[in-house]
Amino acid sequence: MANIDTTTDAGGRGAGQNALGGDNYLTHGRGLKSWLFTLDHKRIGLMYLVVILSSFLLGGIFAMLIRTKLLSPGNSALMDANTYNQMFTLHGAVMIFLFIIPGIPAALGNFVLPLLLGAKDVAFPRINLLSFYLWVTGALIALGSIVTGAVDTGWTFYTPYSTTTNTNVIAMVAGVFVLGFSSIFTGLNFVVSIHKLRPQGMTWFRMPLFLWGIYGTAILQIMATPVLGITLLLLIAERALGIGIFDPALGGDPILFQHFFWFYSHPAVYIMILPAMGIISELVSVFSRKHIFGYTFIAYSSIAIAVLSFLVWGHHMFVSGQSLLAGMIFSFLTFMVAIPSAVKVFNWLATMYKGSIWLATPMLYVLSFLFLFGIGGLTGLFLGALAVNVHLHDTYFVVAHFHYVMFGGTVIAFLGGLHYWWPKMFGRMYNELWGRVGALLVFVGFNTTFFTQFVMGSQGAPRRSYHYVSQFQPYHVLSTIGAYTLAIGLVIVAVNLAHSLFRGRPAPANPWGGATLEWQTSSPPPHDNFPTTPVAGDPYDVEAWTYDGRIGGFVKKAPAGQPAAS
Amino acid sequence: MTGAHPEHLAHHFDTAEQQFESGKLGMWIFLATEILLFGGLFCAYAVYRSIHPEIFVYAHRFLDKALGAINTAVLICSSFTMAWAVRCAQLGRQRALVRLLVATIALAACFLGIKYIEYQHKWKEGLLWGKYFRAKLEQPAGPPTARPTPAPTPAFNPDERSLIPPAAEGPGGLAKRGPEPLLASSPGPPKDVQVFFAVYFTMTGLHGIHVIAGMIVLALMLVRATKGEFGPTYFTPVDLAGLYWHLVDLIWIFLFPLLYLIR
Amino acid sequence: MRLGHELIGRLLGWASVQAEGGFWMPVQGSTGAVVVDRIFSLVLWVSVFFFVLIVSLMVFFVVRYRRRDARDEATPSPRHNTLLEVTWTAIPIVIVIVIFVWGFTAFLNLNVPPANSYEVLVTGQKWKWLFTYPSGHVDEDLHVSVNTPVSLVMTSEDVIHGFYVPAFRLKRDVVPGRYVKLWFRAVKPGEYQIYCTQYCGTGHSDMWAKVVVHEPGGFERWLEEASNFLKTMSPAQAGERLVRTRGCAQCHTVNGTAGTGPTFLSLFGHQVALEGGRTAPADEDYVRESIMEPQAKIVAGFQPVMPTFKGRLTDQEVTAIIEYLKTLK
Repeated sequence: MANIDTTTDAGGRGAGQNALGGDNYLTHGRGLKSWLFTLDHKRIGLMYLVVILSSFLLGGIFAMLIRTKLLSPGNSALMDANTYNQMFTLHGAVMIFLFIIPGIPAALGNFVLPLLLGAKDVAFPRINLLSFYLWVTGALIALGSIVTGAVDTGWTFYTPYSTTTNTNVIAMVAGVFVLGFSSIFTGLNFVVSIHKLRPQGMTWFRMPLFLWGIYGTAILQIMATPVLGITLLLLIAERALGIGIFDPALGGDPILFQHFFWFYSHPAVYIMILPAMGIISELVSVFSRKHIFGYTFIAYSSIAIAVLSFLVWGHHMFVSGQSLLAGMIFSFLTFMVAIPSAVKVFNWLATMYKGSIWLATPMLYVLSFLFLFGIGGLTGLFLGALAVNVHLHDTYFVVAHFHYVMFGGTVIAFLGGLHYWWPKMFGRMYNELWGRVGALLVFVGFNTTFFTQFVMGSQGAPRRSYHYVSQFQPYHVLSTIGAYTLAIGLVIVAVNLAHSLFRGRPAPANPWGGATLEWQTSSPPPHDNFPTTPVAGDPYDVEAWTYDGRIGGFVKKAPAGQPAAS
Repeated sequence: MTGAHPEHLAHHFDTAEQQFESGKLGMWIFLATEILLFGGLFCAYAVYRSIHPEIFVYAHRFLDKALGAINTAVLICSSFTMAWAVRCAQLGRQRALVRLLVATIALAACFLGIKYIEYQHKWKEGLLWGKYFRAKLEQPAGPPTARPTPAPTPAFNPDERSLIPPAAEGPGGLAKRGPEPLLASSPGPPKDVQVFFAVYFTMTGLHGIHVIAGMIVLALMLVRATKGEFGPTYFTPVDLAGLYWHLVDLIWIFLFPLLYLIR
Repeated sequence: MRLGHELIGRLLGWASVQAEGGFWMPVQGSTGAVVVDRIFSLVLWVSVFFFVLIVSLMVFFVVRYRRRDARDEATPSPRHNTLLEVTWTAIPIVIVIVIFVWGFTAFLNLNVPPANSYEVLVTGQKWKWLFTYPSGHVDEDLHVSVNTPVSLVMTSEDVIHGFYVPAFRLKRDVVPGRYVKLWFRAVKPGEYQIYCTQYCGTGHSDMWAKVVVHEPGGFERWLEEASNFLKTMSPAQAGERLVRTRGCAQCHTVNGTAGTGPTFLSLFGHQVALEGGRTAPADEDYVRESIMEPQAKIVAGFQPVMPTFKGRLTDQEVTAIIEYLKTLK
């Protein structure tokens, strides 16, 4: 890409382009207290970003330990069976409750949502800060359980094992309960913000698709999380008070727990993917220099996914003993919920058709997403087919499937969004070459780690197994090699981004040519987001912007066709 | 809108109206989450009642309908005083507002007091949940609504299941009882009676916690009201607290018939 | 319909799944496995088709429409096309409905056992599968006759376990407090792996067993011999077999190392140090009590997690175990 100047300082900061040396949200108010008691959504978003990425690191360490143990099929000096069981439980619980579910909405959404709305903040800034502290409290309680007797039930806490094991289930579950409230309040905040803070001219169908994604997620957070809340309360009551609601000896039903648990946890995975899809919609349009294709279908598909997601929880329970009729209904609806996701993929591809495609780092993550989420989604078809599910349930096939959609989908989109909004958040450009190297290594490492697991699973390897039959050892070794590659890739990504904070080229207001409102303020933005309230136009009118080599970024075209500084 | 109170208008809202509507929407959403929280328990109730109706029919008679009905009336009154309090805030009638908030809190305390009496009785009788259930069950004890025992059966022994339906022996009225052959023909308590009490205590317990939380919120409103913070241009917190309180009342209005009035 | 399934299945199964097992699947050990593999093949080829389509288009667009100059713009093209969008919504709907119907009908057949199946009772417990045959014999492996429909009636003694035979593509969660049913018909003599697939604690990944499919006539001979082991073996030998196969060995070793429970080596005849500082002699009564009421005396340094075997071991079996323990000096 010889003509796009992304490595040298283009100099000539135009008015309102880069605010690093001046007054911006990072410099407005100094000292620890100005951060700990901030009501600024941008600062709250940053604090979330720090703790969420730390959780990703922690969960990743657990994963690397697991994969290292699995190099050998028998006992291991690295850890015994009990420790292994605690490791995979913690890996799952940390990744899901501390990282992915808050993930994009809390870390990126908090920062970007008011900017996309041309607003000064979210609807309830104090509740926003409360959500953050609830996250911290919940995380401390949950992680505290590691010290007092790390849980070994798997992140799914199935009864009766979870009500009878002597590890500290109550602490972990109480932590998750508190984290649930963080999630609910974030969702509540976002729904009200989108309903009430849209500017003049931004009707629902002129909103950026990332907001549709956030909105769908927020509805799920509000409606589904309380059910998890009551499930966890009942689990605590069962352990602490012997309430007997899930205990067959006391007249209770252990399968009832599974119904309650999955009623939340299935929508939860759509909480994870809807914002990710929103990010992809933004990136594919900007980096193809083209209006998104099929806006209306994409918007409606977010709502369809949100609604249908409540109706498919039983597909986690096809072999649990639920009735054949229930199995049939859940299988049918599961296939239906696949359709809106497929529709989105086709729309994104159509956006690229006849576009002008720039393979900057965020776009590499888009391509990665299409590949990986494609596999993840298609393997869901295997699992939705009842007769095949019987064979594949609780094997490594399922493990591979959900890693492809959660990591290959959500985390890849998260990384893409992070690289996209990084210049806006910090006023710095990262090194493009290392950004691409990181993206590529992550892609290669990820596929090596997890594609192998599909084959292992269909061959019959059960999950959550400390010991395994030696025929699976070659697969495990290959998977672990992939995991180390993936880890190196992620380290490169992290170091590249961190390095940019100190040495990155100052970023212009609009480095990528986006048409949404956040690019119409400086990088980083001022405390109040916009010097003057912007006017909302078509969020995908990328053709209204053109590249200006003097600033190394995009500026709005003047009506006469001459480029003008923004 | 004109007449906006600048000090209550947050900087990120354009108008007081926008702020008020946002607050209202936020509160309704929060109430929706509360309904879903209780929804799980109502679901558990529905599941267990549909697979073991005999447990619910048998065990609910240990609950005191009279006290339950009084409590229902108490909460409905408290909703009335709450709604009136919101109206007073809107009209700027501060003294009335304060008195009505006090009344609401007092009625809530009354509710909790009656609940305490009920719980205490259950504790004494051992009518508790799951593993703590230790009541002696021969025939249902206590409330005067107990049906007449079939007189002719000699030396009634709960362990012996008689095959003769009581309608053949007892007063003719029993036979017309309706769709309850299970109860009418099986003398003695059904298995797993503690399931009912597990459901009863979790539902009323969670509700009670919400009543306490509501009382705390109302106390905070009371403090602010005595300082004169509410008036026609700013009464949002009272309004929102009122919405919460009405939900707490509404949930009880569902709990009462489902637990106390099973037929 | 069935002929259609078979035809499509054979076409698609070529190069993806074979009777002896291939890249994706293990050996097809049962009639059910053949059906499941056909559906798997259908979904596999549908997935491969769409995946290749999506990725090729993606790569093609990236190459063909690559931005060469920073000021390049996209070629003007429509922002939506209702016909196209409806088409690419409708076609996937049809495809998934086909997969759904086939998956569901096969599932129904896999769940309804034929009338004359041979019934075996399966019990899951931490961390052992136990199989009770109609003769009353209890074994640690599932022995069946080839080409005979077998029904499994399953329950759990403690927590939820998952009974899984990959070669038969067969799986069901086993729940305490209720019975669940499965059936299969093995087509090839041999031994096939059984796993536990629902996480159940420390020994979850050790909860392995085997399906032993006998040639015609072999099963009856095996059952006869196995049912009489208490008569044909000496009490100590029978005890050794019981300790190994009935769930004791999961937690108690015989070589001196401590497991979840104390080792049996040098146990009988010595004093045992209990929680709370007391001691007890490990005599016949102690062993019997430990088996039937394990919470009565807890050995110092161990957790009170042993389940009771009341109702699961006969008096004769307990005596055999005691005799065996006496040999472990």
